[in-house]
Amino acid sequence: MERTMADSGSEDIAVIGNTDLTPSESQNNVRNTMFEKGTNLLKRMEISVAEAEKRTGKNAVNMQETYTVYLIETRPVDAVQEATSPVPDSLWRRYSEFELLRNYLLVTYPYVVVPPLPEKRAEFVWHKLSADNMDPDFVERRRVGLENFLLRVASHPALSNDKIFRSFLTEVEGKSLEGNRVRDRISSEGIVSSSCADSRIKALNATFRVKNPDKRFAEMKHYGDELQSVISQLLRVRARAADRLYGVYKVHGNYGRVFSEWSAIEKEMGDGLQSAGHHMDAYAASIDDILEEEEHYADQLKEYLFYADALRAVCRKHELTQYELETAAQDLCSKKQQQEELATGTVRTFSLKGMTSKLFGQETPEQREAKLKMLEAQIEEGEELVKERNVESGEFVKGAWADIERFKEQKDHDLREALINYAIMQISMCKKGIQVWNNAKECFSKM
Amino acid sequence: MKLLGAMMQIKRPRFYSDSNNSVPSEKSPPVSIPADISGEMLDLDEDDDLEVFSKGTSLTDGNSLNPSTQTSPASMINQYKFQEEEEDADAKDLFVTVDNPESHVTAIETYITYRVVTKTTRSEFDSSEFEVRRRYQDFLWLRGRLEEAHPTLIIHPLPEKFVMKGMVERFNEDFIENRRRALHRFLNRIAEHPIFSSGDDFKIFLTAAPGELISHKKQGAGFLSRMGETVRAVAASVRGVRNRPDEFTEMLEYSEAFSQKISALHKVTQRISKEQREYLEELKECGPTLALWSSCEEALAEPLRCMADSLDRCCQETEEQLKHINDELIPDLHEYVLCTDTLKAVLRRRDNIQADLEAKAEALASKKTERESIRDELEKLEDRQEWANNALRSDWTRWKKIMRTDLQSAFIDTADNNVKYYEKCLAIWESFLHSQRAEAEGNKNVDYS
Repeated sequence: MERTMADSGSEDIAVIGNTDLTPSESQNNVRNTMFEKGTNLLKRMEISVAEAEKRTGKNAVNMQETYTVYLIETRPVDAVQEATSPVPDSLWRRYSEFELLRNYLLVTYPYVVVPPLPEKRAEFVWHKLSADNMDPDFVERRRVGLENFLLRVASHPALSNDKIFRSFLTEVEGKSLEGNRVRDRISSEGIVSSSCADSRIKALNATFRVKNPDKRFAEMKHYGDELQSVISQLLRVRARAADRLYGVYKVHGNYGRVFSEWSAIEKEMGDGLQSAGHHMDAYAASIDDILEEEEHYADQLKEYLFYADALRAVCRKHELTQYELETAAQDLCSKKQQQEELATGTVRTFSLKGMTSKLFGQETPEQREAKLKMLEAQIEEGEELVKERNVESGEFVKGAWADIERFKEQKDHDLREALINYAIMQISMCKKGIQVWNNAKECFSKM
Repeated sequence: MKLLGAMMQIKRPRFYSDSNNSVPSEKSPPVSIPADISGEMLDLDEDDDLEVFSKGTSLTDGNSLNPSTQTSPASMINQYKFQEEEEDADAKDLFVTVDNPESHVTAIETYITYRVVTKTTRSEFDSSEFEVRRRYQDFLWLRGRLEEAHPTLIIHPLPEKFVMKGMVERFNEDFIENRRRALHRFLNRIAEHPIFSSGDDFKIFLTAAPGELISHKKQGAGFLSRMGETVRAVAASVRGVRNRPDEFTEMLEYSEAFSQKISALHKVTQRISKEQREYLEELKECGPTLALWSSCEEALAEPLRCMADSLDRCCQETEEQLKHINDELIPDLHEYVLCTDTLKAVLRRRDNIQADLEAKAEALASKKTERESIRDELEKLEDRQEWANNALRSDWTRWKKIMRTDLQSAFIDTADNNVKYYEKCLAIWESFLHSQRAEAEGNKNVDYS
């Protein structure tokens, strides 16, 4: 089976061709395949998050804290190919800096489905995994997740060219305290953009009615909701199943112990029992590796759980731009209406002006002239605004939809690979099971 | 005793008329029993003993409870000896099955009967096939009789009367099937045992019409069975033994240790079953979740549906694997947990016989009068002791062999079952991969730039 799979031609198939690859290897395989076809940046630069370390230091409120930093290494691709292999550029960053970077990207490229970071806190844990952020397994998986994040950003046509992102990777501008420079820049940029983003964000959270939403975005948002719901459910079920399976395997370890004790009181049966017991112990121990591999599969699902969120964010941003456009158009419309009323003296609809003019009499021609002039100016402004917003909206829709299409293809590809990885992992698990029980059977035969 | 002797002389070994001509009567009795005792017991020559005590004849009259009127040690030993050789020749001539449970409702109670089918070529059976219906009480009766008749032989256990934990209804399907299986095992073990299978009670159990059985039961009730359970328990309690031979102490220690180990194995297996059940319940939710997901997707719909399907099939295989553990391994282990009770009881009874003997010997030493009668009784008790020890010794070896075979095959079956389970799951996942590969080849290469 493996042989025939490996024979097939295309790059995509190469991933599932070798069933002996571990899922993480396969995943790297996938990523490299995908990213090779990617952007300029990745063609020129190798990026990795190589290590993680614990640090202690004073935080913003001058208190001691322990945190983890991750080493970002970059290396020009040409150098690697020429095998001169210079020492890679490297710098240490902590998780919160990655968060800053991502927020910056979210605000700066609202039409992009921005790749997600690995989870802030361990969720969907089953009992063996620690929910502790300091746990080495968690740190390791986070390291992989952060690397994945950087590679995704670096392979995105728009995001990869961002200057701040480049600095984040390499801290190009001179030496200073580790990371502070760029962090400051991000923070400051963040502050600047967040002030205007603040109002936007407030608007995002508020409920507003969009009169003509683009149906495609509404559908996408709905899809994002469904995706998030179904992946959450899947992760939950999977965590519970992992917990139970762990129990099944571990209890077999008790067989090992009892067989061993029993073999001590038997003469002829002793040897067979004893060796069978060893196999039971091996069986019980094998679950640790199996479930660790399965975590990778869970991580792949989690990435898309968070991607669903990013997708929904883009859809909401579209609604916002649409809303702003509609608001501007509406304002313009009412201003034009006012102008007409003033010009013709007719009051078409019930208005305060109409009422006050009835009550208090009409204004003087000078007043009217002044008002008309003001309205004219406002209408001109309004028309400009509407034009601007139209363009903005149009560009947003175009950009967003293109990125959504790109995202869809990536998602289909990645998730399909995840399913295949899961199957490969199951196959490996079954093979191990067959081996152990065949061995045990042989021992029992010698009882 | 004289009557018994006469009976013995009448019953000739008709069984040996066919194939097996070589009656191993040439062999001398392996254990040296003082010749005068055996002569006193049965008033027969040794040669007659050997011929008469063949497999076909039923000597052990279950009605009589006085062990001293039973078979002499010498003949018992001979019977055992050539029974082992018989087994090699594979002369299984009685096949019994227990099946077809049926519910019976009367005004007073509801109970289940099982069909017991016997096929045999044994000459003491009037016909070659019998079919009767028996209820659990009847099995209990049979076992009780065998226990009374052979206190130091190891009788296979019956399934328990009722299960305390986790059983709601007596007539639950699984419970009935488990019981049926255990009853089948029980009868087969009895049938395979050289001494048990040659008794009247066994024969009547297999062949008698309901009315016959009832009257036989009433008739044969010995004084022990009229006692209540508690009295029996008191009777069975150990009376202090002074000089238990090492070999029996070893047996006792082994019983203790074995009891612990087999109980532990039983518990571990029950725990595995529980965890596996819970795992299965979780796994069952994966398929539907994936199916739900696939309904939201376009390109991904097919692989997701495929995976959902694969997971559902894996659930079915897991269900079957679990069934084997519950329906076969656990009951098999449970039977041997019950066996350990029998072992301990048998050793206790042997100890009691020895205790009686020791008490009698003391009495002889201390009393001045009636020494003659005491000495007579003492000799009978010594005889009884000898016989009991030998019987136990042989049956112990026999039991250990059977235990080893039974448990070995139980574990081999389980290992086999697990291998099959993983092989089936492997096939399911390989077929999934294969389908995805075929799918991928059908698609164009996607450009990600």
